[in-house]
Amino acid sequence: MATTETLTENEVQMTEDWSGAGSPFRASYGKLMMWYFLLSDAFTFAGFLIAYGALRFSSPTWPVPDFVFSTHPFGSGHAPLIFVTVMSFLLIISSVTMVRAVQEGHKENKNGVVFWMLLTIIGGAGFLGCQAWEWNNLIAHEHMTVTTNPFGTHVVDGVYLDDDHGHAYANASERETFKRGESYLIHKDEESSEWIQRRFEYKDEESGQAMMGVQNFGPKAFGALFFFITGFHGFHVFSGVLFLLIIMINAASGLYVARKNGYEMVEKIGLYWHFVDLVWVFVFLVFYLL
Amino acid sequence: MATTVNPTIKDKDDLLIEDLGYDDHFHEHHDGDKYQSSFITTYIFSQDHKMIAKQFLITGMFWAIIGALMSLVFRLQLGFPDDSLAWLKPVLGKWIQLNAETGMGTLAPEFYYALVTMHGTIIVFFVLTAGLSGTFSNLLIPLQVGARDMASPLLNMLSYWFFFLAGVVMFASLFLSTGPFAGGWTAYPPLSALPQASSGSGAGMTLWVVSLVFFVVSVLLGGVNYITTVLNLRTKGMSMWRLPLTIWAFFITAIIGLLSFPVLVSGLLLIMFDRGLGTSFYLSEIFIGGQALDHVGGSPILYQHLFWFLGHPEVYIIILPAMGIVSEVLSVHARKPIFGYKAMVFSILAIAFLSFIVWAHHMFMSGVNPFISNFFVVFTLIIAVPSAVKVFNWIATLYGGNIRFNSASLFSIGFVSLFISGGLTGIFLGNSALDIQLHDTYFVVAHFHIVMGVAAFFGMFAGIYHWYPKMFGRFMNETLGRIHFWGTIAGSYAIFWPMHYLGMAGVPRRYYRFDTFDSFSHFTDMNQFITIAAIVVFALQVLFVINFFYSIWYGKKMTVKNPWQATTLEWTTPINVGHGNWEGNIPTVQRWAYDYGKDGHDFISQIEPLKEGEQTAH
Repeated sequence: MATTETLTENEVQMTEDWSGAGSPFRASYGKLMMWYFLLSDAFTFAGFLIAYGALRFSSPTWPVPDFVFSTHPFGSGHAPLIFVTVMSFLLIISSVTMVRAVQEGHKENKNGVVFWMLLTIIGGAGFLGCQAWEWNNLIAHEHMTVTTNPFGTHVVDGVYLDDDHGHAYANASERETFKRGESYLIHKDEESSEWIQRRFEYKDEESGQAMMGVQNFGPKAFGALFFFITGFHGFHVFSGVLFLLIIMINAASGLYVARKNGYEMVEKIGLYWHFVDLVWVFVFLVFYLL
Repeated sequence: MATTVNPTIKDKDDLLIEDLGYDDHFHEHHDGDKYQSSFITTYIFSQDHKMIAKQFLITGMFWAIIGALMSLVFRLQLGFPDDSLAWLKPVLGKWIQLNAETGMGTLAPEFYYALVTMHGTIIVFFVLTAGLSGTFSNLLIPLQVGARDMASPLLNMLSYWFFFLAGVVMFASLFLSTGPFAGGWTAYPPLSALPQASSGSGAGMTLWVVSLVFFVVSVLLGGVNYITTVLNLRTKGMSMWRLPLTIWAFFITAIIGLLSFPVLVSGLLLIMFDRGLGTSFYLSEIFIGGQALDHVGGSPILYQHLFWFLGHPEVYIIILPAMGIVSEVLSVHARKPIFGYKAMVFSILAIAFLSFIVWAHHMFMSGVNPFISNFFVVFTLIIAVPSAVKVFNWIATLYGGNIRFNSASLFSIGFVSLFISGGLTGIFLGNSALDIQLHDTYFVVAHFHIVMGVAAFFGMFAGIYHWYPKMFGRFMNETLGRIHFWGTIAGSYAIFWPMHYLGMAGVPRRYYRFDTFDSFSHFTDMNQFITIAAIVVFALQVLFVINFFYSIWYGKKMTVKNPWQATTLEWTTPINVGHGNWEGNIPTVQRWAYDYGKDGHDFISQIEPLKEGEQTAH
């Protein structure tokens, strides 16, 4: 070993930490395993988000989130991203309560751990409930599935020839106009369950002639990616809630009291929980903001 | 487990461990007995890393035999396309089609593809990943870092059983009436994404995906264990710079696996959606049987990116453990310290880093942007630098050494030879311009079989011959081992050397027969030669398997703890190692792993303290 005098205190500590019979990162092997698992899980999500990017950028149009995610369970008003903000808030807050649970664990305070874990579970379950409502709304009411995406985008300026129900307008003065880049949702007739693709008239840019078109479906990949990636994330939240429940029950039963290791299980599930929240930030970014 | 050595007689190593080692109170817990109390907990659901290593090894050998037999069947087809394969009918059943008049049996073309696909999948994943890194990481990490066992023996056991489950599912797929998956081991869409695309694309592909997902779970469970064990469970004094190169290799391999296999899972889950739910992640504008499918907007290239983000690091997952084993075995049997220890470690790190930014060199001809290709060409060629560092270091380790030629060291030297031969052709293939001629030809087949197929097998053989006494307390037969080596190295070159010429002439891989093409029919003799060589090499591997199993019960007994006079910790354990590896104290480490031929000593064990005034760099 080199002369100790020339090394700073930090360097000496570093050498000691790495020279065996100790933990170089000052973390138990269990915590390290959780970190490495999360690292690999991050790569799984990265794979999905890269697939999202590749498919989105090869698609000529993409649904506008402000239009797609503007519904909420309380009335029918147009409220872009309000509902998803509430559900994201629930999840983020549950991270805060998780931090408190870990803190109480370090103090070996059993009741504190159980109380804050319970709040975390409520936050996670609330998030899952919101997601269930959102999926149900998209599938049952707006008829988006993994193979069909009724959220389209106009690529020209034009005038509708049909109304919302697919009936031709009686006279020209009723006709609704739209601009290029505007979004639309193709409705389904509730009785015949046939798609109502409204016809419209537009001016061809080159020839200047009047042409007729119909509402086209949006890029298929949108629905598939949305359900797949939010579903995969939701599955993580769901498993997280289950593990939180098990660990909360264990904590309440006093199983961790004897171990005197600062409720390390709580800390480990906490790492997972924060990771799931962090992933949501990215999922939120790509699906709801960009 | 009963020990054959009289415990009252202590050798020098035992005394050193008693004096300088430390008591971790392991044997007070009697965990060892809990884990090894019955037949089932000792041999089947064992949590002892040494037993799990043997399980990985023997399962890997089972798969190696299956995979090699498959290659023999398709080599027979390629070498002797006009000869009857009717004699294989009892085994392959309906996949051998009999001509009613002549009695001539021909291999069903779709089954030919299934054989090629399964050969690749099995050898790459089950043999050279699980069988190689699974075996030796498990065996050597706790023994060489001075740990009682892996960080989590339970997860370690699960790692094996997930691998076993993956094997069961893949094995079941071989018996499907529609056959196993037949779209190539890379499983590119659309063949993999459309169940109706070919006969193997249906249930065969579904089982392929299920099997590989189980396999990835196994790799991840093993990986987190290997990493945390190396980080947290090193014994006192075992700093990172004192680790044997085997451990460095397994450690970095586990990290690569942990970062690349999850991306394969992403890719495969998306494929399952395309198959089962009608999504279009990888599919766009496809006609099957004249029928237009309504898939639009997907990208098959996307799958290739996701696949090769695993696929390229995977070849280093295969070769790095072999490199680690070879470094250790060469140093022990050359009786010299490994040349350039730190350079070896840094080159492992450099290879690992580069392995993540070269994947698209598998896709030069798939329509990726040529400017992107430039980037990948440059980094691919840079990998030659750390690889060459390693090769020169191995040669320098041998140079002037007092080399003991035995099966283990011969296979290590053979590894170096193969790695050079196969590595050089990699420089050709790494150029996107040359790929226009060479891609998808037998040149590629020759390259990767030599550099990562046969070479990794050689590393594995070196490891098996070298650590066999540690695993089973007996030696393998040395004469048979040498026959195995000389026959296999000559035979491997005989198989793969001619393939370079086939490839340069443009002979494409994965074709069912060549005699019907004017441009390739004059290679009939060469193809026959390759097939005969393959049969001979297979026969030699049978010899190895017989030697392996015979020696477990009847091999020469190991009578000393350290038969190779090696410095590393695994040779300070009792001859018949029980659970917990060391009977009393855990040894502490006083020096690096390669003190051979130092200060007039042939070797100095890692547990021997530094003498007064002794100079050491570690």
